[in-house]
Amino acid sequence: MRVKFTVNGREQTADDVWEGESLLYVLRERMGLPGSKNACEQGECGSCTVRLDGVPVCSCLVAAGQVEGREVVTVEGLADFAQQRAEHGGCGAGVCGGKGTTLDEAKGWAAKPAGTGDSQTGEQVKLSPIQQAFIDAGAVQCGFCTPGLLVAADELLERNTQPSDADIREALSGNLCRCTGYEKILDAVRLAAARGESETAGTGA
Amino acid sequence: MDFLRPASWEEALAAKAEHPTAVPIAGGTDVMVEINFDHRRPEYLMDLNRIGDLREWETGADTVRLGASVPYTQIMENLRAELPGLALASHTVASPQIRNRGGVGGNLGTASPAGDAHPALLASGGEIEVESVRGRRMIPIDEFYLGVKRNAMEQDELIRAVHLPKATGPQQFSKVGTRNAMVIAVCAFGIALHPETKTVRTGIGSAAPTPVRAKEAETFLAAALEEGGHWESGAPIPVSVAKQFAQLASGACNPIDDVRGSAKYRRHAVGIMARRTLGWVWESYRGDGRTAQGGAQCA
Repeated sequence: MRVKFTVNGREQTADDVWEGESLLYVLRERMGLPGSKNACEQGECGSCTVRLDGVPVCSCLVAAGQVEGREVVTVEGLADFAQQRAEHGGCGAGVCGGKGTTLDEAKGWAAKPAGTGDSQTGEQVKLSPIQQAFIDAGAVQCGFCTPGLLVAADELLERNTQPSDADIREALSGNLCRCTGYEKILDAVRLAAARGESETAGTGA
Repeated sequence: MDFLRPASWEEALAAKAEHPTAVPIAGGTDVMVEINFDHRRPEYLMDLNRIGDLREWETGADTVRLGASVPYTQIMENLRAELPGLALASHTVASPQIRNRGGVGGNLGTASPAGDAHPALLASGGEIEVESVRGRRMIPIDEFYLGVKRNAMEQDELIRAVHLPKATGPQQFSKVGTRNAMVIAVCAFGIALHPETKTVRTGIGSAAPTPVRAKEAETFLAAALEEGGHWESGAPIPVSVAKQFAQLASGACNPIDDVRGSAKYRRHAVGIMARRTLGWVWESYRGDGRTAQGGAQCA
């Protein structure tokens, strides 16, 4: 079957989709967006977390046909998404009227290594505040859980700019990390929240 | 496999009548796992996400009509006062991502003894609104669970909503698992005080082939509270009564040994949860003007 939906602000079409296929499979294998990770395939680990009409969901538990006509934001589009949000104000539902991220841009973002920018520090590579905070706090080790955590943490900060530790733990409770022990991930979210606060301080925001 | 996309409830009923084997999918928590792991290859998959009514709830004078697909997140955030037990149980469902999509209809459709909503539904009491092209019927929650992953629905029926009485007394829910998030219950217990009828209802999860009530425990406790004038006085429940209640709750279990826990452990844990949750609801009943309270507490 054919499935048409919006990915990172751009309308996309996937053809020959098997009816039992997950959104995760469509993103990774049909659209070339491997940012959302395929780990447990049963909603346990959160590595495949994406925004569906603004809501964080496990893309492995969404049937491809269910996203027809709906809006998906993946980690590849997170930087643009966060930028649009910052420029156009709160926007939970998806695109915020921006131009969106093309599939090629999204693939390029994922593949942009040293040379065009420093992948360690994120210099010259466009990052969302939460992505930068993960790098700065050393919250990434093997990196497999990172995309899901970024999407979940970004959504937390969108609806709660000053989350308590309990809020952070709860918001990230559906994302498993087997390397970090979570401490630096929590640090990263606190850091992003603190930076967000200092940026908006005095602006009346 | 065919993917059916009914745009309305009537279309869904017609599709289900035409294809009784069609598997409804809403939050995908159970269905997608079975498909991802090749445990199930339904001939027809029927998406219910397009039917907006299923995600709505109405609060009436005495009852709440909860659409089958209202996500657990919404129940937690919006129905804590009316359905405190279910709100607490909803908060223990999996993770935020899952709670954003899953709803009570899925728990009922799957009818796993481990479904987190069941103990709260049993303790609250209520009816399941199911419908087919042949008509609509209301199944009392007490008659809904028939066996392991079997419920009282016919093949052509779909779950539309759950009708639950608004809480008139405190309700609590407790669940045993290895961590706070993302666990299938080793066992679970729900309790609701119904002061207007001077009754107590309970629900036990994951400790029998189906979710069950601890009916003997309920009857015993109601009699003890009545006899001691506790509903009127709000006096503390004697330790011996709480202990007996816990024992009877343990006795209502018919658990198995499995990877999550032994039968013996489950029986024991259900007794402990029964005693603790009774303590919590009774404290609320005594403490805050006898109104419904659903605040999370630690044991």
